[in-house]
Amino acid sequence: MKYAIFIGCTIPVRGLNYEISARKVLSSLGIELVDIPEFTCCGFPLKSISHEASILMTARNLALAEAKGLPILTLCNACTVTMAEAKHELDHNPELKERINSKLENLFGLRYEGKVQVKHFARILYEDFGLDNLKNFIKRPLHELRVAPHYGCHFVRPKEAYGEFDDPEDPKSLDELVRVTGAEPIPHRHKHYCCGGGVLGVREQTAYSMAKKKLDGAKEAGADAIISICPFCSVMFEGNQKKIEKTFNVKYKLPVIYYSQLLGLAMGFTPDELGFSLNRVKPKALLAKLGFSK
Amino acid sequence: MSKEIIKVSELDPKFKYEIMKEPGGEMITACFACGTCTASCPVTLVDAFYNPRRIIRMALYGMKEAVLKEEFVWLCSGCYLCQQRCPQGVKITDLMTAIRNIAVREGFIHPSFTAQLDFIYKLGNIYEVTEFDNKKRQKYGLPPIEQSTTAEIAQKIIEAEGLDKLLKKEGE
Repeated sequence: MKYAIFIGCTIPVRGLNYEISARKVLSSLGIELVDIPEFTCCGFPLKSISHEASILMTARNLALAEAKGLPILTLCNACTVTMAEAKHELDHNPELKERINSKLENLFGLRYEGKVQVKHFARILYEDFGLDNLKNFIKRPLHELRVAPHYGCHFVRPKEAYGEFDDPEDPKSLDELVRVTGAEPIPHRHKHYCCGGGVLGVREQTAYSMAKKKLDGAKEAGADAIISICPFCSVMFEGNQKKIEKTFNVKYKLPVIYYSQLLGLAMGFTPDELGFSLNRVKPKALLAKLGFSK
Repeated sequence: MSKEIIKVSELDPKFKYEIMKEPGGEMITACFACGTCTASCPVTLVDAFYNPRRIIRMALYGMKEAVLKEEFVWLCSGCYLCQQRCPQGVKITDLMTAIRNIAVREGFIHPSFTAQLDFIYKLGNIYEVTEFDNKKRQKYGLPPIEQSTTAEIAQKIIEAEGLDKLLKKEGE
C-alpha cells in the first residue's frame, strides 16, 4: 500500500505529535508514504469565500497526486471533507470539471481525470488495511485504559462525499479501531457533536461552549483521554482546554491523544517515539497506568 | 434580533433565486420550516443567535440585507448534521456556504476569512511554518516544509479568481 500523504496546515504547526505517530505506525504496518512538497492548502477556508476558487485549489492538489498515480492519505478531517466533496462534485458535474480543467491547464499544465482516491488514515486502517490485519501488530494491549473516541463531523459526513462506509450519525469505526488496541471505547454525552472549531474565528465564546459540552461528557464518563483523529478537534479540546477551564471556571486536565499515538503504544512503541512529549495536556496518569513513568 | 415589523417594500423577492444559482443553494425553496435543522444544531444549542430555520425563512422572505450583513451564516460550524437530517433535501450546510459566497461578493466578507485569505496568499496555507518549526521537524525526522513554493501557487489561483481585491491593503 502506497499513498501520497496530505499533512494540511494545522498539523505542522500545532499537531506534530499526530504526524510523528502516524508516520511511525503507518511505516511499521508496511504502508508507504510519499511527500508531495507542492501540495498547497486543501481549499477548505476558500470554500466560504468562493466555491470556484476552492474547487480549483483542491483539484490542483488532486491532480498532482493523480499524476503520480497515488491515492491520497489525509490526517485532518477538514482536508478530507474538502477533497472528497470537490472530487464528488467534479466527478458528477462534467461542465464544472471541464471548466476547472481548462483553468488547471492554463495555470499549471495539469489535468484532473478523476482516478485519484482520497481517504482519511483511520478509514484506510478500518476499511482497507482491516481490523483483523491490524490485530496481528498489537504487542502490548492497553487493557488498563478507558477512552472517549471523538470522530469529528467530517470523518463521516456529508454522506454524498463519503458514501456510507460508516453510519453518518452513529459511526462505529473509531470505536472498533480503539478496541483493537485493547483500550475500552466508552460512551459519552454529546459523542457525535461538533468540537466547535468551525466557529472559533467568528465567535470564540460559542466555540468554547461547544467544546465544553464535549469535555464535560468525556470527563463525566470517566475517560482517561479523548481520542482524536483531527488536528483541529484536538486544538479545540486540548490547545484551548486551559482557556475553556478559565472561561467557565471548571477543571478538566483531560488528555487528548491521537489515535495514531494510542495505536502506537499498543504496537509497542515508547511514548517518546510517538511524540507524547508534545501533548499539551500531559497524559502522565494515563502513561503511568501503562507502566511508563519518568 | 429586532422585533420590528418586516416591511415588504424593503424586501428583495429575487434573493432566493440568487441563492438557488449558487452551488449548494439549489434546494432552498423546498424548505417547509419543520425546524429539524435548528433542533439538530450544536451551535444553536449553545448560542441561539444562530438558527438555521430562521436564516432560511429570512432568505425566502427576501431579507437580503439582514441575512448578508449580520454574522448569521458565518456561525454555521459546518458539521452537516442538519443536512444529513433535512427531510426536504435542503443541503443546509452547503446553503450557508452559498450565502457566504454571495455575502463576499456584496462586500460583507467576515474579517476572520479575510485574514485566512491573506495567509493563503502569503504562504499557500493558513499557518506559517517558520525556520524554528522546520528545525523542530528535522529533530523529529520529518521532511521540511517550503512555503515559498506553495505561496506562489496560491497567488496564481487567488489572482486568477479575482480574489486578490479582497486582500488587506498595505498598512490596514
